[in-house]
Amino acid sequence: MSDKMHIKLKVNGEDKEFLAEPRELLIYALREKLNITGPHVGCETSHCGACTVTIDGKSVKSCTMFVAQANGAEITTIEGIGEPDALHVLQENFREHHGLQCGFCTPGMITRATKLLEENPNPTEEEVRFGMAGNICRCTGYQNIVKSILSAASEINAAKEAAQ
Amino acid sequence: MNDMTPDREERSANLKGMGCSRKRVEDARFTQGKGNYVDDIKLPDMLHGDFVRSPYAHARVVSVNKEAALALPGVVAVLTAEDLAPLNLHWMPTLAGDKQMVLADGKVLFQGQEVAFVVASDRYVAADAVELVEVEYEELPVITDPFEALKSDVVLREDLEGQTEGAHGPRKHHNHIFTWEQGDEAGTNQVLDNAEVVAEETMYYHRTHPCPLETCGSVASMDKVNGKLTLWGTFQAPHVVRTVASLLSGIEEHNIRVVSPDIGGGFGNKVGVYPGYVCSIVASIVTGKPVKWVEDRMENLMSTAFARDYHMTGKISATKDGKITGLHCHVTADHGGFDACADPTKFPAGFMNICTGSYDIPVAYLAVDGVYTNKAPGGVSYRCSFRVTEAVYFIERMIEVLAIELDMDAAELRRINFIKKEQFPYTAALGWEYDSGDYHTAWDKALETVEYDALRKEQAERVEAFKRGETRKLMGVGLSFFTEIVGAGPVKNCDILGMGMFDSCEIRIHPTGSAIARLGTISQGQGHATTFAQILASEIGISADSITIEEGDTDTAPYGLGTYGSRSTPVAGAATAMAGRKIRAKAQMIAAYLLEVHDDDVEFDIDRFVVKGAPERFKTMKEIAYAAYNQAIPGIEPGLEAVSYYDPPNMTYPFGAYVCVMDIDVDTGVPEIRRFYALDDCGTRINPMIIEGQVHGGLTEALAVALGQEIAYDDLGNVKTGTLMDFFLPTAWEVPNYETDYTVTPSPHHPIGAKGVGESPHVGGVPCFSNAVQDAFRAFGLRHTNMPHDHWRIWQTANGLGLHD
Ligand code: FES
Ligand code: FES
Repeated sequence: MSDKMHIKLKVNGEDKEFLAEPRELLIYALREKLNITGPHVGCETSHCGACTVTIDGKSVKSCTMFVAQANGAEITTIEGIGEPDALHVLQENFREHHGLQCGFCTPGMITRATKLLEENPNPTEEEVRFGMAGNICRCTGYQNIVKSILSAASEINAAKEAAQ
Repeated sequence: MNDMTPDREERSANLKGMGCSRKRVEDARFTQGKGNYVDDIKLPDMLHGDFVRSPYAHARVVSVNKEAALALPGVVAVLTAEDLAPLNLHWMPTLAGDKQMVLADGKVLFQGQEVAFVVASDRYVAADAVELVEVEYEELPVITDPFEALKSDVVLREDLEGQTEGAHGPRKHHNHIFTWEQGDEAGTNQVLDNAEVVAEETMYYHRTHPCPLETCGSVASMDKVNGKLTLWGTFQAPHVVRTVASLLSGIEEHNIRVVSPDIGGGFGNKVGVYPGYVCSIVASIVTGKPVKWVEDRMENLMSTAFARDYHMTGKISATKDGKITGLHCHVTADHGGFDACADPTKFPAGFMNICTGSYDIPVAYLAVDGVYTNKAPGGVSYRCSFRVTEAVYFIERMIEVLAIELDMDAAELRRINFIKKEQFPYTAALGWEYDSGDYHTAWDKALETVEYDALRKEQAERVEAFKRGETRKLMGVGLSFFTEIVGAGPVKNCDILGMGMFDSCEIRIHPTGSAIARLGTISQGQGHATTFAQILASEIGISADSITIEEGDTDTAPYGLGTYGSRSTPVAGAATAMAGRKIRAKAQMIAAYLLEVHDDDVEFDIDRFVVKGAPERFKTMKEIAYAAYNQAIPGIEPGLEAVSYYDPPNMTYPFGAYVCVMDIDVDTGVPEIRRFYALDDCGTRINPMIIEGQVHGGLTEALAVALGQEIAYDDLGNVKTGTLMDFFLPTAWEVPNYETDYTVTPSPHHPIGAKGVGESPHVGGVPCFSNAVQDAFRAFGLRHTNMPHDHWRIWQTANGLGLHD
């Protein structure tokens, strides 16, 4: 066993400090050290996207990264998106359009989708499908996920227009 | 309070009962990352288990040296078969009447087999320790082909040596498991021998895997003070797990609590009992601490629950004008190292005997030979009801091959052979009694919607254009018409480990008129908390929003056989309706008492009982619920509760008509799905939104299986598809939009007429995608080619037909 490192992260706006072996994957540090169990483990080989979080503004599969590599980073997980009584537009739309079934992929999907819509606020269906291709869902066949994201995009855009 | 009565329509809408697309109650948690899956469970002092697995597919285990592993700080125990033997837990019974090693007992039979179980303080220490366990193996000859297995002198299952009788009758060879015969062999052969036309084909339905996004796992916690064992896990059938755990461990059943928390998809993967579950229990008993075991993806694909692996040979006979006269099917079924199929006990090949499909076939014969090989055990129903997927693939391919033989249109061939509406209930040649159906209506609707004739015309033009060198893309029109058999099943012929396959529901109405209902099933994404409340709302007149549905905790839920084989709606859904009707019957008596009329003088009206002929005199269910608790009613016990155990009189038989239009690039082998139309008839529709979601998901799993997903082995028994790099799971990029449609033919024997839908799209989808690929090449002489139709195989097909010359 290797020596432990002192890790500092900002997760969902809160400062976290803990000791971890440098080889520990970020996903396990989040889930087991910080009890942030929204991001899931579906493969550990960066294929499924269930572990997707946002690190310093980018979508990252947190099983692809050692916690040591994330040291000092600012991280957003599904727990940092929306509030129980004020859900994020994407969360609302996933429910509205039946964009989830077992829910195992959902935290990664929604986390990724928040970034997708920041990167491209007005995506076509094709762009949504391409932009979400790193996240696997075994239940929904994607059709309603795509619908949820497109509908969230137009809601966000409509709200922006109304504000102008 | 009775004045401002909303009108009937509004009252009915308020219920959110059957037929409405109620939004899911599960989603608030899941969209906020607040699901509670097994790997989210964290208990004080919890230890982690991990397996040492065999790198060999067939080998003797000469020795296991645990010393170095045990010396590693944080390692608490290393268990081997020797440690489990005194507890008689080194082997366990399988659902198929065979037994399976929990930990390698002298030899290993497949790559990835469990050899030792390491228990340590965290998952990293456990993984380090796995590397430190030294196992000495002596390699044995490997057999990965079932036909070779039946010829070989090599005895795979030495523990069964000399046993000529298996769980399902005589064994013909030391690597043979069973022969299962159905139908009339002599009669079928006679028809085939004298037929005007006979089409024959051999096809291999490849091995694949359900691969839910969440892998399997469990957390066992033995409380030595109270003698209670709690087991959380990815169980599609928690009550059966409790019974098995009790029988295996000797702990009395009331001292075991099994909990299925949220499950991240099942698709059949989570029906069986796996060595990991048993080892987590034993480790918790040994260490006195909670022990978690969660497999990784590679372990999942290599060791738990493959599906399919059927080598099928068919003969179908017909008159010259296309009327089918007989069907013969033989299957060599590769079961791997242990027979761990998850089928009802009396059906070692599941419901493969539904292989006459949707057609009126006068005589048929089916024989299935189960065989041991050096591959992983399993044989689960991957999004299907016990081998129905294999059966439907078989018949839908045979129909296509017969159409080629007859030089006939495959849609027309289906139409002239469908069982007619007036023939239901229809007894098929292999014994099943189909409860209801209207195939012609569904088929016509489907063909009309997709403009079938125009498609065929376009296809013919495309062939000509291809021949003229104007395009390199061919067009395939895939058809399938399927009849499923789901809702296992009647206790008289369906059981698992002796447990009749009934299901159950228990309802309690609270004094203020809300309710909780508990069922013996468990959702893995199907939305039970939403839909079962809708059934109840319609039955008892309480809004679905005021009904909590609870499943999966054996301490609180009534006994049930769980969720798989699309059985939840047909069986537990029926129990729910029946329990609801008991509540309603008692509510009627209470209402009559409160309204001071005779029981027969009140009738149920959406959310209340009204006095017949005087609708202004009524008692709402809310008022009735309160009365049940707050006053003494002569002759009626206080409270408002009911329980129902439902033993279905028959299976249900959902059906559907699918059409897939595909363009195939002959030079790259890439198929492009241009259109997919799916018409499903699942009887009464409880929640159209959820049905549609099930269809999308099932079709996507069908696409995966037909177009690339496979568990492949090399000759040494190495798994070649052990990660998601090699095992095909389609992404949003590869999946088309589907068009869904429906007809409604209610089941005549089900209390609400529902039939179940979760698996239909998979069952009907696989042959539809496969037929589309193969149809594209029909004009160039292709008769049959095996799945999965990945790009490379499609390219090879094109090449073999000389299309690259
Ligand atoms: S667990 Fe990280 S991509 Fe699958
Ligand atoms: S909802 Fe189950 S994996 Fe996406």
